[in-house]
Amino acid sequence: MRILLIDDSKTMRNIQKSVLKQLGYTDLEEACDGQDALSKIGAFNPELCLVDWNMPNMDGLTFVKTFRQQDKTTPLIMVTTEAEKSRVIEAIKAGVNNYVVKPFTPDLLSERITETLAKCGVSSS
Amino acid sequence: MDASYITPFMTSIQNVFSTMFQLPVEIGEPRIKSDSNTSHDVSGIIGVSGEMVGTIVLSMPSDAAESIVALFTGMEMSSDSDDFADAVGELINMISGNAKAEFQRKAVSISCPSVVIGSGHRVASNSGTPCVMIPCNTDCGEVVLEIALREASESKNSFSSAA
Repeated sequence: MRILLIDDSKTMRNIQKSVLKQLGYTDLEEACDGQDALSKIGAFNPELCLVDWNMPNMDGLTFVKTFRQQDKTTPLIMVTTEAEKSRVIEAIKAGVNNYVVKPFTPDLLSERITETLAKCGVSSS
Repeated sequence: MDASYITPFMTSIQNVFSTMFQLPVEIGEPRIKSDSNTSHDVSGIIGVSGEMVGTIVLSMPSDAAESIVALFTGMEMSSDSDDFADAVGELINMISGNAKAEFQRKAVSISCPSVVIGSGHRVASNSGTPCVMIPCNTDCGEVVLEIALREASESKNSFSSAA
């Protein structure tokens, strides 16, 4: 499965990569903001994206809205420090399929990924 | 400063450190930072805007910061590497975001983090906004959260000191 990690923090992308590799996912691509992600989507064709909210150049919410104009089905998980209910609702309205609040444990991130793929009917292989 | 602005940060640093790298944090007695106080060698800084304005700083001595970053990233790295600054930025980002969620009734945004490294630096706070220092004891050493927040309606524009 091709997974795109979108976060301006290399540290956070590395933590997410580590969790994903433990789950057996190795086909990973990284982007440092929404614009960078949009530029990589055509070539990488992700089957799942983990996206941060607060990033320079293009934030995660703008990315989700832009991405959803062209792709209604690829699962998107917002992984962010934005924990207010109003933010979660805003993100879900924009088109995210699940939401993980930082800080998270590896187990929580694993659960949310598995749950999201199952909910979206995506094979996790 | 309203005590309710401070408590969420105490809870948040404990939550972030324990969740991300199982490091217990013992909170010390908060005190007001005087203008002459410099920060520790490494400062992660977040700006706050919206109905509340100000700055949130995670200030750490180099050796404590290097130990904490090693726990967080799983890698030893020196304080002059870009990855070190990135990790410190992500820590203050999580601490601030987590605390911000406790201000549910206020529309508040946080900036992307900045990181300053170097001994003897001072982080400016807006004039008239008291800065509260929260000492946080860990097995990696003492780190300090510096909270300078106020309601935007009390807005003042000048800065009290240069960095």
